[in-house]
Amino acid sequence: MSAGVLFDAPGPKAKVRHRLLGGLGLLLIAAIVALIGWKFQQQGQFASAKWKPFTQSEIWNSYLLPGLQGTLKAAAISIVFAGVLGGLLALARMSSVRPLRWVASVIVEFFRAVPVLLMMIFSFGMYVQYNVFPDAQRPLAAVVTGLTLYNASVICEVIRSGVDQLPSGQREAGLSVGLSESQALRTILLPQAITAMLPSLVSQLVVVLKDTALGYNVLFNELLYAGNNASSNYSNLVPVILVIAVIYIVINYALTKLAVWIERRLARRGRTVAGPDAMAGGGLGGSATGPDLSKNTQAA
Amino acid sequence: MSTLFDQFDVWGAFWMTIKLTVLAAVFSLVIGTVVAIMRLSPVPVLRFLGTSYVNVFRNTPLTLIVFFSLIGLWQTLGIELSAQLSVNAFRFAVIGLSVYHAAFVCEALRSGVNTIPLGQAEAARSIGLTFGQSLREIILPQAFRGAITPLGNTLIALAKNTTVVVTIGVAETAYLMSKVNEDAADQLTNVFILSAVFFVVLTIPIGLLTGRLSKKLAVKR
Amino acid sequence: MQIRRMSAVAVVAAAALTLAACGDDSGGGSGGGGKVTIGIKFDQPGIGLKQGEKYSGLDVDVAKYVAKELGYKEGDITWKAAPSKQREQLIKSGQVKMVVASYSITDERKKEVSFAGPYFIAQQALLVKKDSGITDLQGLQGKKLCSVSGSTSATKLKAKVPGVNLQEFDTYSKCAEVLASGRIDAMTTDDTILSGYANQAAYKGKLQVVPGVGGDEIYGIGIKKGDTATCKKINDALKKMVQDGTWKKAVETNLGSEYKIDSSKNPPQPAACS
Repeated sequence: MSAGVLFDAPGPKAKVRHRLLGGLGLLLIAAIVALIGWKFQQQGQFASAKWKPFTQSEIWNSYLLPGLQGTLKAAAISIVFAGVLGGLLALARMSSVRPLRWVASVIVEFFRAVPVLLMMIFSFGMYVQYNVFPDAQRPLAAVVTGLTLYNASVICEVIRSGVDQLPSGQREAGLSVGLSESQALRTILLPQAITAMLPSLVSQLVVVLKDTALGYNVLFNELLYAGNNASSNYSNLVPVILVIAVIYIVINYALTKLAVWIERRLARRGRTVAGPDAMAGGGLGGSATGPDLSKNTQAA
Repeated sequence: MSTLFDQFDVWGAFWMTIKLTVLAAVFSLVIGTVVAIMRLSPVPVLRFLGTSYVNVFRNTPLTLIVFFSLIGLWQTLGIELSAQLSVNAFRFAVIGLSVYHAAFVCEALRSGVNTIPLGQAEAARSIGLTFGQSLREIILPQAFRGAITPLGNTLIALAKNTTVVVTIGVAETAYLMSKVNEDAADQLTNVFILSAVFFVVLTIPIGLLTGRLSKKLAVKR
Repeated sequence: MQIRRMSAVAVVAAAALTLAACGDDSGGGSGGGGKVTIGIKFDQPGIGLKQGEKYSGLDVDVAKYVAKELGYKEGDITWKAAPSKQREQLIKSGQVKMVVASYSITDERKKEVSFAGPYFIAQQALLVKKDSGITDLQGLQGKKLCSVSGSTSATKLKAKVPGVNLQEFDTYSKCAEVLASGRIDAMTTDDTILSGYANQAAYKGKLQVVPGVGGDEIYGIGIKKGDTATCKKINDALKKMVQDGTWKKAVETNLGSEYKIDSSKNPPQPAACS
């Protein structure tokens, strides 16, 4: 349903009221921003010495860009692994072999329940203890392990719910032309489910990207870790963290936009399960396709 | 295993995780509902603010938000929530967690609203209910019911995300793990298994419960 | 099957090659033109700090001197981040030839690695604001103290001054930031690390070190367990560094003119290698 149907088109009086409310809201926000700005100013957070490094190439070339590269690398590797593993788990969870289904369910439920951070710390400790991976790659390996295990189980569930939401006629038609259960799953249901769930798979990428920030706990050179080193050098912790936050928001916002765009395209083709986003006008978030999408944009 | 319990405050860490989860759940539900109402409201500025809220907080890593709630509010604005610093850090951790998850609660509620047929809102309007009335009487009650599953998922995510507040020194489960890693690395496997079991025990019932609730409370159409 | 076995062989061969390459990298022995990898802190001003592509600090200067004496040119040194949690592992796995990273010699650690040196004896201290009025441990009663999660210095202080109010972060830089803003009263760890902050441009003249609130921290150079040959060479280098005045200069430039070297302990006599 559309937000537009929740209220009548505002009349002259309502328009005045809305403007007033809007003005007040803006004033309030402006006041808060000003207060924070003023306090920051008092503490010298805007001192040019703290911001000047950002105008020079050193902080970017030696710290932030390598960190960003680490973040993107870990996210890219993890999403690929998670996609593959998640697909396999989904196949297993929907297979007709009972033990396989059972094992896959246990794996999915377990890794969905354990915090990513714990998995990273633990796998890092294990890799160190048993000398798995070369030393330099160990933090990356730990980050990828944690992200892959968690996101694979989420992706498995996304795909499964995508299959569940397909009309049952699809499967039946497949069976009636002589496909086996697994053939129908692989050739008919999965391709449709994955296309339909593409937006929520893309927004899962946002989760992965944000979660790489946990990697600094296992000494992985990602954006936050690099930022910590940078702020030790330039003694400008708050400015560095502000800049890093902006970088994350920009990238993730772009990804969310991509998800919405894909969703719209699919909606035009009549492919989505839940239909087009009725709130398109104000809808900037990614949860417009109904419960399943928002369900899967959880967890950082 | 027993040395683990002698040497470290395992139960204290678990209890801290539970406290963080429950408090942040309550606050994020409240904030999230307010933001969702803003996003649905007829006032364009409020809609814009609601949307910006979600875009900013959903796209920033939780670590940064938690850290900033302490640095921004405590260090910069001078708001102190307790003279006892460990309690102070705990309360700011709750704020950071709440603010972050409120963005997800808002989106869950919006998806709950999306499940309500158009006719409901039209009927409400045609009998003369104002925006506030139709929201209170018609839309939100149904939206909450429709949003139980995504809300449950947010709650599960929240329970797990409490591990992030180790960054400001709150003594919860991840803090316990990093301390064990430092002081008694041979116990790492034990403490991981223990923590994993703890989180499984904590989160799986939430999933089952919300699953059952959402079936039971589903609006018959 | 054939292909699979072949690829297994290839993997093993590749691994062997990599290992051999690693050995060449860090092994070098008496050096002479080889390359060397040294573990240092990347985020501790005055100790080991990454400044763009350059590195500075007491540990860095000591490492450079020792490396030179071992026969490596400065350009042949590869610096590697050696945060506290990773130091033993870096040495044991042969990824670095030595670790010079405010690395205290303890019996616990001696089980895993060997130490050359010591090259410096630091003490636990407090870092406070200049006008705070905190001059000793007792002044800390009821005050707000900052330290790094799980560090032993905070635990030790808490035992001595039970009324202290503790905030923990994951890095010392965060403590320094909050300390400078006045929201906490003191932070605690080794006086060398604290002097590094007190001496940093942004904090200079604002923060002050209160010495002598705890025990000694004896900084050694971590090397592979049982490598007495290298240990002896490093000790000779350290002795030479003290004799020719480089040591004193390194301490002064990195820890600042206000840092009082405890001459009853420093420079320390390198211990016998075992």
